[in-house]
Amino acid sequence: MQFPEALKYTKDHEWIKVEGNVATVGITDFAQRELGDIVFVDISAKGQSLGANEIFGSVEAVKTVSDLYLPVSGTITEVNPGLESNPEEVNSDPYGNGWMIKMTIDNMAEVNDLMDAAAYQELVG
Amino acid sequence: MKNTPFTQKHIELGAKMAEFAGYNMPISYSGINEEHHNVRSNAGVFDVSHMGEFMLKGEGALDLIQRVTSNDASKLTVGKAQYSCLPNEQGGIVDDLLVYCIEENKVYMLVVNASNIEKDWNWISKHNTGNVEMHNISDKTGLLAVQGPKAVQYIQELTDMDIANLKYYTFAKGTFAGVENVIVSATGYTGAGGVEIYFEDKDDNAEKIWNEIFRVGTPQGLKPIGLAARDTLRLEMGYCLYGNDIDDTTSPLEAGLGWITKFTKDFTAREILEKQKAEGVSRKLVGLEMVDKGIPRHGYKIQNAAGEEIGYITSGTQAPSLGKAIGIAYIRKDHAAEGSDVFVMIRDKAVKAHVVKIPFA
Repeated sequence: MQFPEALKYTKDHEWIKVEGNVATVGITDFAQRELGDIVFVDISAKGQSLGANEIFGSVEAVKTVSDLYLPVSGTITEVNPGLESNPEEVNSDPYGNGWMIKMTIDNMAEVNDLMDAAAYQELVG
Repeated sequence: MKNTPFTQKHIELGAKMAEFAGYNMPISYSGINEEHHNVRSNAGVFDVSHMGEFMLKGEGALDLIQRVTSNDASKLTVGKAQYSCLPNEQGGIVDDLLVYCIEENKVYMLVVNASNIEKDWNWISKHNTGNVEMHNISDKTGLLAVQGPKAVQYIQELTDMDIANLKYYTFAKGTFAGVENVIVSATGYTGAGGVEIYFEDKDDNAEKIWNEIFRVGTPQGLKPIGLAARDTLRLEMGYCLYGNDIDDTTSPLEAGLGWITKFTKDFTAREILEKQKAEGVSRKLVGLEMVDKGIPRHGYKIQNAAGEEIGYITSGTQAPSLGKAIGIAYIRKDHAAEGSDVFVMIRDKAVKAHVVKIPFA
């Protein structure tokens, strides 16, 4: 299982990559393995401002559905258009082509509360 | 949590394991979609040893079965099996089951859901007023389902029984993979063809049967399959799953099981069900295909265009062979006709679906 060092992680198994006050969010390798074959990513929160840990969408696997939680407060600016036709990229490339949203971050201090790769690895280990 | 004779095998093979009906069962191996396709196009092996088996013996066995089940077991001759259900006194369903005729009028095997073994045993025992000899052999019986269009062709060489020519819902008893007293039954829960293999879980029987099946099958692509793909396979066929689609509160007539409800004989709740049939049921179990994007799941509510609640989803999934989202649902009769538009409430959104024929296509 992969845990890229450059990312921060949540207990709900999302990752966030922060660049300035902009971030990219997806679900972790562990999460995609647990869910199994992903068939539909349902995010209709584009343009919405949400708080940390608020639900911004859901991910449907063949057998199960799981909510997606925003790692930090902010505004969703973009939803990965590639997932519309290729949701399985969340399985094959969770940290790359399988990204889910881009967002602006309201409060950078919230990022510091998230787990680093080592802490997350310990959580799911 | 109980183990089946194969639990250790599944763990060694790296299956994702979880508890199901009190047993430590394999949920998936390589991935649901891949396993599903392997069964539809080739063959796969399911460990379903968690299922329950009861032997009923003696002169009164058939009479007892006739009184507690809805189908007509008097039609069974040796070597035939029948799908049936145990109605309760309100006309609901205690369980659905298979009835195997081992010896006409004398020896029958009932195969019941793992989650209902105790409940069924108590239910049948309660009705056993004629002192029929009953044995619960669930814990000493192993069961593998070898399913798929190529299944029988691969394993025929492991037995002298002519399993390649077994008709649907018939079975043979004999030696399989060097193990005696094995029942090979042309039944299954996938709609993909194949057999189910019952054997006594003693000595190294389980090991022998598993190893021999994979020795002949693996080179040709036979794979072990988990319960998750078992569920997507049965759902595409529209087969009912007890606890999801049918339960103590649903009638066999509502569930589309009128074909196993025979009023030519007397049985529990016959009068209630006969009345229901004459007057018509108020809701029906139907197939749904999603028109707009979304996947129906157990428990989701269903509305009509006016926003009135008209039913609920009992099972749903993305169907791997069909490439679309499907579900089974109880729907008010006036919306249950094929082609009716309904709306599945998915996370507070009304998502359009229509009623379709089962099996799904």
